[in-house]
Amino acid sequence: MKYLFEIVALLLIVAAFVMTQVISNQFVFFVGFVILQYVVMATAWNVLGGYGGYVNFGSAGFLAVGAYTSVALINFLGVGLIEQMIAGGIIAGLLGLGTGYLTLRLRGVYFAIATLALAIILETVVAHWDYVGGAAGTSILPARKPELLGILFVDRKDGVFTNYKEFLFFLMVAVAVLSVWVARWIENSKLGRGLNAIKDSEDAAECMGVPTLRLKLYATTISGVMMGVAGAPLASYLTFIDPLSAFNLEYAVNAIAMPMIGGTITWIGPVIGAILLGGAQQWASLFISSELNLLIVGVLLVVFVIIAPGGIVGWFKKSR
Amino acid sequence: MATFIDLLLNALVVGILLGGFYAALSIGLSITFGLLDVVNIAHPTILILGAFVAFILNSQLGLDPILAGLIATPVFYGFGWVIYQLYYNSFEKSGETDSLRGLAFFFGLLFIIEVGLIIQFGVDHRLVEAPYIGDSANIVIGEEIDVAIPYRLLVAFVAALIATFAIQLYLTRTFFGRAVRAVAQDMMALRLMGVDPIKVKRIAFALGMATAGVGGALMIIVLPIEPSVGRLYIGNVFAIVVLGGLGSVKGTLYAAVIIGIAESIVATFFGPSWAPAVSFGILLLVLAVRPEGLFGKTAGAH
Repeated sequence: MKYLFEIVALLLIVAAFVMTQVISNQFVFFVGFVILQYVVMATAWNVLGGYGGYVNFGSAGFLAVGAYTSVALINFLGVGLIEQMIAGGIIAGLLGLGTGYLTLRLRGVYFAIATLALAIILETVVAHWDYVGGAAGTSILPARKPELLGILFVDRKDGVFTNYKEFLFFLMVAVAVLSVWVARWIENSKLGRGLNAIKDSEDAAECMGVPTLRLKLYATTISGVMMGVAGAPLASYLTFIDPLSAFNLEYAVNAIAMPMIGGTITWIGPVIGAILLGGAQQWASLFISSELNLLIVGVLLVVFVIIAPGGIVGWFKKSR
Repeated sequence: MATFIDLLLNALVVGILLGGFYAALSIGLSITFGLLDVVNIAHPTILILGAFVAFILNSQLGLDPILAGLIATPVFYGFGWVIYQLYYNSFEKSGETDSLRGLAFFFGLLFIIEVGLIIQFGVDHRLVEAPYIGDSANIVIGEEIDVAIPYRLLVAFVAALIATFAIQLYLTRTFFGRAVRAVAQDMMALRLMGVDPIKVKRIAFALGMATAGVGGALMIIVLPIEPSVGRLYIGNVFAIVVLGGLGSVKGTLYAAVIIGIAESIVATFFGPSWAPAVSFGILLLVLAVRPEGLFGKTAGAH
């Protein structure tokens, strides 16, 4: 079956739509949104980190850039959610392109530290930008009747979705499916093979005629776009946003830990990692304490990098 | 004009004192990252751990925080010994050093220590009590210039200078110190000389970690501490170590003073909330423009 993946992907989107129509318990969508956001973040991280070997420690910065692009657009133009996500993707993609040029001088751990520095600098700048709430943060009121191209999305009576959470959940399912599709496409394309060559030995790849800079720029940009799109609905989801939570290092460690736990070689690894770790974290923070979810990530990250470098996927492949 | 000079002088004095303090925080990383190539991103959080040890000994037994830090030093040495053994077995033993996985390992460790401290102590700011905390010496020049030297910063500065000087002497004048620098230069040559480089690295890493005892104590003397402030120091310590030229103790001290002054001037004239951007900004700039640092000669970025 050549198009099996595409068929399953479409079925998943349809299933998500049916869920929003049938299930009335909003809790499902509330938790589902976070886990799906992590699926996108982990997949985005893996495009650069897993395939190309360039570790991004500043994922939180990209996510927050998407989120704050939305806030600025809501304040400035009052545009709808889908336009916000497109804009968030573009801005974070440009940021990604910028970090791509950093790879000219920086490799390995130096690139990782530079991305972390970039995220903190952005956080400080946003904290001083009063138009989007500054350090104190700002409340976001979702548009009352969001519509695009004549379709009314959210309305108690006539909308496609009766509730905003359902709308956000459905959009996130679509973004997650699309991201994974892109990651899978990269993996099987020239880009993915080139990135793998860069990961193994950048100098050797360069000598063999791999256009290393161009491929790295593609990877950082695509990764940035995905993170920005994932971050754009964050403000609408939380209805409040401040720099401390948007730029939280928690996003950065999760974006690294999820692919490493799931396995960085192939597209399914980050998905498995995000669902398992994201699910465990949601469970822990709801039923035990919010500190515990960070502890889970820390312990699992340390355990997996020590005993299972290939992640769950690698473990599975070995035993076969 | 006089008030401007007053502000500037105060900012400079505080900046230099702050610089010495930062040097004490960075010296351990300068050894582990600079000389041994182990990217211990958890170093600032281990300093926080040191600060909490000083806090407990100070609040329970009334010990002076610096004395408490000295008492904790052997414990941190042992901790470093164990961590390096684990690191070596997991990431260096196979021959090819997988420093990115090592970095992820320390990132995980950072969160484990931080959450452990939060579970134990909560997120309140903690502080220590000592006679030199709170007061400051004032130097008055003319009518409008009044330079304040806070004793808590002065104590941290002097302690930092002593520690830095001691480590510099140790690395340059003792046989073992030279061996540590040799490990950084050529591990194979060291092996040919009949020295076990892993043993040297383990002791050096433990030594770098041991500085977190006194470093952490100085931290809590200078300002109140809660578990997650360690993250903010990642920028400071890495900027200093990279700017100082990896592994150079003297360079680390100079770089620390530069960062201290830059931060203090920005905080005075633009507000303290811009301070984190200073060190991370300098770090990004140095990495992008001159990765070998100001005082280093070996290229580091590749």
